[in-house]
Amino acid sequence: MFSGIEFTGQNIAFFLISMFVIACGVMMLTLRKVLYMALSVGGVFIGVAGIYIMLEAEFLAFIQILLYAGAITIMMLFAIMLTRHDEVEKPQRVTAHPVWAAIGAIGIGAIILYVTKFAGLRWPSATDSPWEGQDNVKLIGESLFGQYVIPFELVSLVLIVALVGAVTLANKEEK
Amino acid sequence: MLSVEQFITLGAIMFCIGLFGALTKRNIIIVLVSVELMLNAVNINLLAFARYGLMPSMNGQIFTLFAMTIAAAELAVGLAILISLYRNRNTSDVRDQDLMKW
Repeated sequence: MFSGIEFTGQNIAFFLISMFVIACGVMMLTLRKVLYMALSVGGVFIGVAGIYIMLEAEFLAFIQILLYAGAITIMMLFAIMLTRHDEVEKPQRVTAHPVWAAIGAIGIGAIILYVTKFAGLRWPSATDSPWEGQDNVKLIGESLFGQYVIPFELVSLVLIVALVGAVTLANKEEK
Repeated sequence: MLSVEQFITLGAIMFCIGLFGALTKRNIIIVLVSVELMLNAVNINLLAFARYGLMPSMNGQIFTLFAMTIAAAELAVGLAILISLYRNRNTSDVRDQDLMKW
């Protein structure tokens, strides 16, 4: 399974970042305080931004930090503070429900890992960067405002609907 | 060199953590956070195939951009629903939200 992995700088960085991401994810599952869970998910988002940089998607990495680690984590904290922020999840009694959930999650993970590693698929071998020396933001902009301009406009419609919907839902009705 | 397999493995592990959290957590906000974790795992896969796949192109990054936008909109609406629920029923526990349970 680990044969053929040479210890280059990229590999070591990948393993460190993914260990960080998985550790933060497991912390999210095991911590008891709701506030700490939301903060450890912020760690996952920052680690995923590092993974994006390794995948040469610098623009998306910065968007990830701005949008997820910044805005979404803070919005989660606001929502927790607005509801019951001192809530502590009680240790779960061993009932059938978490056991079935664990079986389902581990089963799906095992299927994906089997297909990835052991089903005899041959993945394309790593190539040199297809965007050598090109500006990532420029490439995204050309693609977004050229080929994908209609989905881009539709996304603005979705965003305005979500904005108005969120305001309407959270608005307190006048008696 | 890195390969697609490593990123898919990381994505699969993150997806499973998110799935388990979404199925077992009691607080609605944490369930929403777990769904975000699953969306992030999918984004990693899209970017991995955009960079190391058979035909590398920018399309994967554009798809990820759209997925992030829709995820943010979904989360805004989800939190608005949550605040409205909390105002009406004074609880943020998933098990108490059984109005539509059959």
